[in-house]
Amino acid sequence: MREKLIYILGAVAAILLARNLYSIFMVLPDEASQGMIYRIIFFHVPAAITAMLGAGVTLITSVLYLLTKNLKYDAISVAVTEVGLAFLAANLITGSIWGRIIWGIWWTWDARLTSALVCWLLYAGYLMLRHAIEEPTDRARISAVFNLFAFVDVPIVIFSIKWWRTQHPQPVFWGGGSIDPAMYLTAVLNLVALVLLGVVLSLIRLRQEEVQREIDSIRRYAHAV
Amino acid sequence: MEFFRQTLVIAGKDLRAELRTKEAINAALAFSIVILVLFSFAFDPGEQETVDMSGGLLWIVFAFAGTLVLNRSFAREVPNDCLDALVAAPISGAALFLGKALANFALVMAVELVSLPVFGIFYNVHWTARIWSLLFVLVLGTWGLTVIGTMLSALTVNIRLRELMTPVLVYPLMLPALMSAMLLTMQLIAGKPLGGENEIWLRLLVVFDVIFTALALVLLETVLVG
Repeated sequence: MREKLIYILGAVAAILLARNLYSIFMVLPDEASQGMIYRIIFFHVPAAITAMLGAGVTLITSVLYLLTKNLKYDAISVAVTEVGLAFLAANLITGSIWGRIIWGIWWTWDARLTSALVCWLLYAGYLMLRHAIEEPTDRARISAVFNLFAFVDVPIVIFSIKWWRTQHPQPVFWGGGSIDPAMYLTAVLNLVALVLLGVVLSLIRLRQEEVQREIDSIRRYAHAV
Repeated sequence: MEFFRQTLVIAGKDLRAELRTKEAINAALAFSIVILVLFSFAFDPGEQETVDMSGGLLWIVFAFAGTLVLNRSFAREVPNDCLDALVAAPISGAALFLGKALANFALVMAVELVSLPVFGIFYNVHWTARIWSLLFVLVLGTWGLTVIGTMLSALTVNIRLRELMTPVLVYPLMLPALMSAMLLTMQLIAGKPLGGENEIWLRLLVVFDVIFTALALVLLETVLVG
C-alpha cells in the first residue's frame, strides 16, 4: 500500500519536474534585469518552502510523541528532518550561487541568511543528538524536546525579510511582490513537484527507519534469549 | 508561594555549592580574561575599531565563559545520584529549572560584571556612557543564555560525549539572543541610546527570553523524568 503510494507520488513528481524543466529552460524568456540566473528561483524558493513545511511537520510529530509516547511519531520526525535538512542545504547553496552572480558575494550575514544557516545547524544538531543516545525511548524524548527548541528559529527565518532590512530580496511570489503569470505557474508547479519529492523521500526514509527498528528489536530479542 | 520557596531553596543550594568550591566561577573568570587578552593581540584594534567590535567581543567572552558555568549545572548532580534525589523530590520541574537558572544567572552575571571593567582597562574603552541601558541589555541577554544553557545541560546530562555535544547544540540556539545583545551592546558602548533603529533587536531579545523561559519551564520535567 505504502509502496504503491511512493511509486505514484514519485511518478507525478517526475512528470511535473520534467514539464517544469522544459518550461524553465526552453519556454520562459530571460528576466529583464537579471538575465539567465533568475531561473534558479524556481528551485531556491520551493526548496525553502519544502524545508519549512518539513520543520512544521516535525514540530507536530514531536509534540505528538511527547503526548502519546508512540514511537512511530519519532520515526516520522527523524525521516522528515533528514529530508528537510537536504532541501534546506539545497536552498542555501542555490541562494549562494545566485548571490555570487547578482551581488558578487557568496555570502553575507544579513538576518535571512544568518537565521537560515542557524536553522540548518539546529536541525543538523538534532540529528547529531540522536546519534549520541542509544536507548530508543530516551532518544525519542530528548530529541523531541530539542526539536521544539529548534523550531523557534523557523518563524525568524520566514519573517526576517519583513522584520529587518536585508540583503536578501523582498518577497517575489507572495507578500507584496509581483511576478509574470507564466513564471508564477511554473514556480507553483515546481513547488508541488518538490513537495511531492520531499514526501516520497520521507516515506522511503521512514521505511528504512522502521526496518532498522525491527532489526534492532530482533537483535535485542536474540541477545536476551 | 510554595513554588517560589522551592525555587529559592534550589537556587540557594546551587549557589552555596558553587561558592564553597568556586571551581566553575574561577574557570569562567580565567577564561574570560584569557579571551580578552588573546583578542587584543589577535586584532590590535584602533579606537574606533574597538568600539565597533566591543559588542561582539564582549558577548563572545560572556557566551563562552558562561557556558563553562552553565554546562556544569546539571552535570554536577550526576555523581552520588544527586540527580535522582532532585527528580524524586516533591518539587515541580519548573521550580527545579527556575532555581538552577537563577543560581546560574547570578554566577554568569558576576563573571560579566568583572569582565566589563577588565575590558575597559585592556582596550581603553569608555563603556559607562549609557550604563543603565547597558546593564539592562546585559540582564536580558544573560537571562537568554542562562535559560538555553541550563535547559541543554539537563537535556544532555545522560548522553554520551556530553562535553562535545553541548557546544554544538547550545550556540546555534543562543544565536538570536547573542546577535541582538551584541548589536545593542555595540550601540550602547558607542554612546547611542536604546530605541529607534535598535528597537527590533531589543524586541527580539525580550521575545526570545519569554518564549524560551516558557518552553523550558514546561519541558524540564519531560526531559528529566519522561
